Amino acid sequence: MKITKDEVIHVAHLSRLDMDEESIDKFAGQIGTILEYVDTLKQVDTEGVTPTSHAISLTNAFREDVEKEHLDRDLSLANAPEKEEGNFVVPKVI
Amino acid sequence: MKLHELTIQKAHTLLKQKEISSQELTRVLLDRIHATDEKVGAYITAADEMAMEQAGLADQAISEGNISPLTGIPLAIKDLMCTKGLRTTCASKILENFVPPYDATVVRKLKKAGAVIVGKTNMDEFAMGSSNEHSGIKLTRNPWDLTRIPGGSSGGSAAAVAADMCIAALGSDTGGSVRQPASHCGIVGMKPTYGRVSRFGLVAFASSLDQIGPMTKDVTDCAILMNVISGYDPGDSTSVPEDVPDYTTALKNGGLNGVTVGIPKEYSEVEGLDPDVAATVENAVRKIEDLGAECVEVSLPNTKYVVAVYYVIAPSEASSNLARYDGVKYGLRDKDKADLMEMYRSTRSGGFGSEVKRRIIIGTYCLSAGYYDAYYGKASQVRTLIMEDFKKATDRCDAILSPVAPTPAFPVGENTDDPLTMYLSDIFTLSANLAGIPGISVPCGFSADGLPIGLQIMGKHFNEEMLLRIAYNFEQATDFHKKKPDLS
Repeated sequence: MKITKDEVIHVAHLSRLDMDEESIDKFAGQIGTILEYVDTLKQVDTEGVTPTSHAISLTNAFREDVEKEHLDRDLSLANAPEKEEGNFVVPKVI
Repeated sequence: MKLHELTIQKAHTLLKQKEISSQELTRVLLDRIHATDEKVGAYITAADEMAMEQAGLADQAISEGNISPLTGIPLAIKDLMCTKGLRTTCASKILENFVPPYDATVVRKLKKAGAVIVGKTNMDEFAMGSSNEHSGIKLTRNPWDLTRIPGGSSGGSAAAVAADMCIAALGSDTGGSVRQPASHCGIVGMKPTYGRVSRFGLVAFASSLDQIGPMTKDVTDCAILMNVISGYDPGDSTSVPEDVPDYTTALKNGGLNGVTVGIPKEYSEVEGLDPDVAATVENAVRKIEDLGAECVEVSLPNTKYVVAVYYVIAPSEASSNLARYDGVKYGLRDKDKADLMEMYRSTRSGGFGSEVKRRIIIGTYCLSAGYYDAYYGKASQVRTLIMEDFKKATDRCDAILSPVAPTPAFPVGENTDDPLTMYLSDIFTLSANLAGIPGISVPCGFSADGLPIGLQIMGKHFNEEMLLRIAYNFEQATDFHKKKPDLS
């Protein structure tokens, strides 16, 4: 198997996803097959090839450092599942 | 002619001559949606009230003599472009009740041009899929055969255009998501050059690949929409400050004499290429030759690595982009969990569908410590080689011709348990996204079963004009785009 069940559990944790036994098995199999396919890339000689992260090369989109119109606070919070006094509320962390 | 069958260009003429009003036209389209969409399932939200209001404003503008090519034209928008005050779900449970506080730049531009938005269309969840079967909300069916998929991920937009439930639509294309459903539904779909159209307000899937594009009944309408949505936007740092030509004049830039088209030799060797698709596309190429173009063979030697590169890069970017759905700022939240980590995990696990989870896991794995160089790093290097292939090929020709998808639309349920097979069917469309080049799908025939087949034309960065010119000449010489599915 290209990816073990433990690795799926580890990556699911990094991704903040819960997985039951059945999903772990299914994903390990499916993702294993996909990663085996991806391994065909090992055949390619990429010595000295510059990686591409963007197809159109643009460097730095600057603008003047001036205040502009921004989203109103109430609108920013309008979709918040929980809010209080103009803030987002999260479960207690401390 | 029935009003719902109008193209943008024809509807504009009737509106301008005051033979119809936008309210009349919009009402016809909304009625059509309510009568037909039960069968097709193209829409997640029909925006009756808002649409009629926009149509009223359009009629007022027209009566004052202010009419642009989109004034009063009813359009549909894929449900991952933000529409102020109108629910935008990305076909995901995690955003099922999300109402954007602002418009995407493309939506703002359409509204400014006087267009009417009749609704938001279904898609694969977060645009991850090639069949619309991965929608977290509903299933969309192909108007040409309701037992088949419409393609994806912009399958709702494609089906809505094909079934005359809007005059035209916008989709988004990360690996073929405009072109492939356009091909499967017998309409025109264009993915512009990366950076040509602003992504501001487009919910991100893979940021280095995503691009918004028109989905229309003919090539002229595609050019009309490109004129409105293209251009630099300071709100998108990857939007390119290049001048935008008038695409509608590009259509009439002459015939195809002096135009050279390239046929990639590797594409005929693609496994699983359906004989009907191969023959139909070959006929289309011959037609384009008959119209005056010169045909040359070109080589894209890294074709066999395209799917592997894409299915590392796109999930990697997605895993990072989708980290924002954490139950805090918007969207779903499991309110029963008192611990922050538990809340994150429970919210995300309940909100995302299985294809999205699969891609988040693949992407996170490819970016994780110890695997980054072997997967993301390697894929980014091979991406460079794929781009160089296209650069070399288009040094020898003005555009590249190919199929859009290896098969016509497949039956619902055929590939859902086999993600790799589904991914492999994206072979012809992924390269344009990896290389950032433009591509268009135009109807070029039908399979023996009567299913539409599209021809793909890909070109050089910022040369959408050449694609539109070839597509327009082909369309003028054929009548595939005039055929309609029977939904009675």
